[in-house]
Amino acid sequence: MKESIIEISNIVKKYDDVKVLNEISFNVYKNEFVTLLGPSGCGKTTTLRIIGGFETANEGKVLFEGKEINHLPPYKRQINTVFQNYALFPHMNVYENIAFGLKIKRLKDEIIENKVRRILKLVGLENFEKRDIDSLSGGQQQRIAIARALVNEPKVLLLDEPLGALDLKLRKDMQVELKNIQKSLGITFIYVTHDQEEALTMSDRIIVMKSGSIQQVGSPINIYNEPINSFVADFIGESNIISGVMKDDYQVSFLGKTFECVDYGFKKMENVHIVIRPEDIDIVKKDSGLINGEVKSVVFKGVHYEINVLAKNFEFLIQSTKSSKIGNYVGLDFNPDDLHVMREMHYE
Amino acid sequence: MNSKSRYLAYPYSIWMLVFILFPLFLIFLYSITLRNPNDIKTITFTFENFGKFFDPIYVNVLIRSISIAALSTGICLIVGYPVAYLLTRAKDKHKGLMILLFILPMWMNMLLRTYAWMTILGNTGLINSFLNLLNLPNVNLLYNNKAVILGMVYNFLPFMVFPIYTALNKMDRSLIEAADDLGADGFTIFKRVIFPLSLPGVISGIVMVFMPAVSTFVIPRLLGGGKNVLIGNLIEKLFLVTRDWNFGAALSMIILIIIFISIKILNILKIDKESGVSI
Repeated sequence: MKESIIEISNIVKKYDDVKVLNEISFNVYKNEFVTLLGPSGCGKTTTLRIIGGFETANEGKVLFEGKEINHLPPYKRQINTVFQNYALFPHMNVYENIAFGLKIKRLKDEIIENKVRRILKLVGLENFEKRDIDSLSGGQQQRIAIARALVNEPKVLLLDEPLGALDLKLRKDMQVELKNIQKSLGITFIYVTHDQEEALTMSDRIIVMKSGSIQQVGSPINIYNEPINSFVADFIGESNIISGVMKDDYQVSFLGKTFECVDYGFKKMENVHIVIRPEDIDIVKKDSGLINGEVKSVVFKGVHYEINVLAKNFEFLIQSTKSSKIGNYVGLDFNPDDLHVMREMHYE
Repeated sequence: MNSKSRYLAYPYSIWMLVFILFPLFLIFLYSITLRNPNDIKTITFTFENFGKFFDPIYVNVLIRSISIAALSTGICLIVGYPVAYLLTRAKDKHKGLMILLFILPMWMNMLLRTYAWMTILGNTGLINSFLNLLNLPNVNLLYNNKAVILGMVYNFLPFMVFPIYTALNKMDRSLIEAADDLGADGFTIFKRVIFPLSLPGVISGIVMVFMPAVSTFVIPRLLGGGKNVLIGNLIEKLFLVTRDWNFGAALSMIILIIIFISIKILNILKIDKESGVSI
């Protein structure tokens, strides 16, 4: 059994009677990289701020190594935060920023110097000690913010969309780097993002949230392949979500046809959603697939083409390495285990 | 700036020239010429007016003015900083009201506000009437330096509060959270983050209070009773009573130079170059 470092149980947070968190519960294990993923306004940042101590939950408990820390102020928690806008002190240079936490702990000057130098090396900014914060690029400020938090050797590091302001290339590099830092230091990371790709790349576990509730908790592979509802399916990666009816176990009907599937345990004739990932659909010759349609658009995306095929009033999104001609009639083919059947769920 | 919008600055440039630079030049001219009210053609240049200042009587007046102004500025800072801080912490719906209460007295004439203090502090004023009611002896509150300082603090406090409030208000809340997160308790956060970042506002506030405090003549005349002459009263007297415009102009120049130098010194301390007063 893995050891929990943070336990969140039945957290409720209200702002002026509006519930932004509705009985959230989850555990974070030691040395784990956990991502809170969801669209903006889903409560992921609020959850992080409650763990950091910047907000207090109206109900529920936050446990840190088994002890309740609901009312412990941030400066007494063994948790550090990397803020979304970095929050570097503008009146201090790089060295003073990073040494801030160590000086408060009244460490000896030479120990502080050592630690700062080592952490700067870790984030790849050696000899930046004397630089002004203003003179750094966004990516460099980002690294300093991470260094300033990590130098205190927290047991848990909270990261609030730390890569949001960086360009795509830098973001990808930093994703890998962050993951490496987390592995090499053995610190628990709790990461907040709305970027599903970022979450899939870095996380050990992903917690998908929507309007103040947890939708699904699982490993990236598990969440991608087995989304629990159409919201998760839609949010994690692109999906074709089709309304249908479960005829019987292993029999699902949509777009006027009945298909074989691997799902069971639904009520007979229950209304369901069927999720098909765009990369799971093959384009074949007309009449040799399970359903026919007309090619509506073809977009080159680099590695693959994104092809829209209209079949019986539903426009399928298909990702394929082979191109198609607009206006062609084609067949669409997929395997029974490519159909993910889930209970109907209403969301805006 | 395009060539057309440049014309928009002309009215103010003309205003500056006619009503600020030209009078300033006249004062300078008066300060370096001999008193000669009869003939404008026989103008004689001299440093005599400045030399006159070094009489201990006048030097003492200046020292007294500066120390009273400095003391008032210090009190304004000590009183004003917490007010500005609380103002930034207030909820938005209360903020407007609090700021309104602060500027409301400023909508009244300064003379009137200072008179009001006379009716409070005077021998038959509010406080002494109350003391008499309790059969306690009268206290002399008016016509001393303390009353002058009280008047200065009362009149100039908003000039201290608002620059500090502005500096504190534009400070990113997440910096405080970051300091908290890094282990700083409330006092350390104030000492290491909040106060250093509000310094530009503090310096602006000091300048904006010290300047009028060192040159005011209404407050010392009304509340000080003209017993301890301050430099403002002296200049007023030289211009309006003694009619020695040349010496008055020289004293004005000295004050101008002192204020200019003190602002320069304060600006060296200023970290944030964008905000506040700078010359």
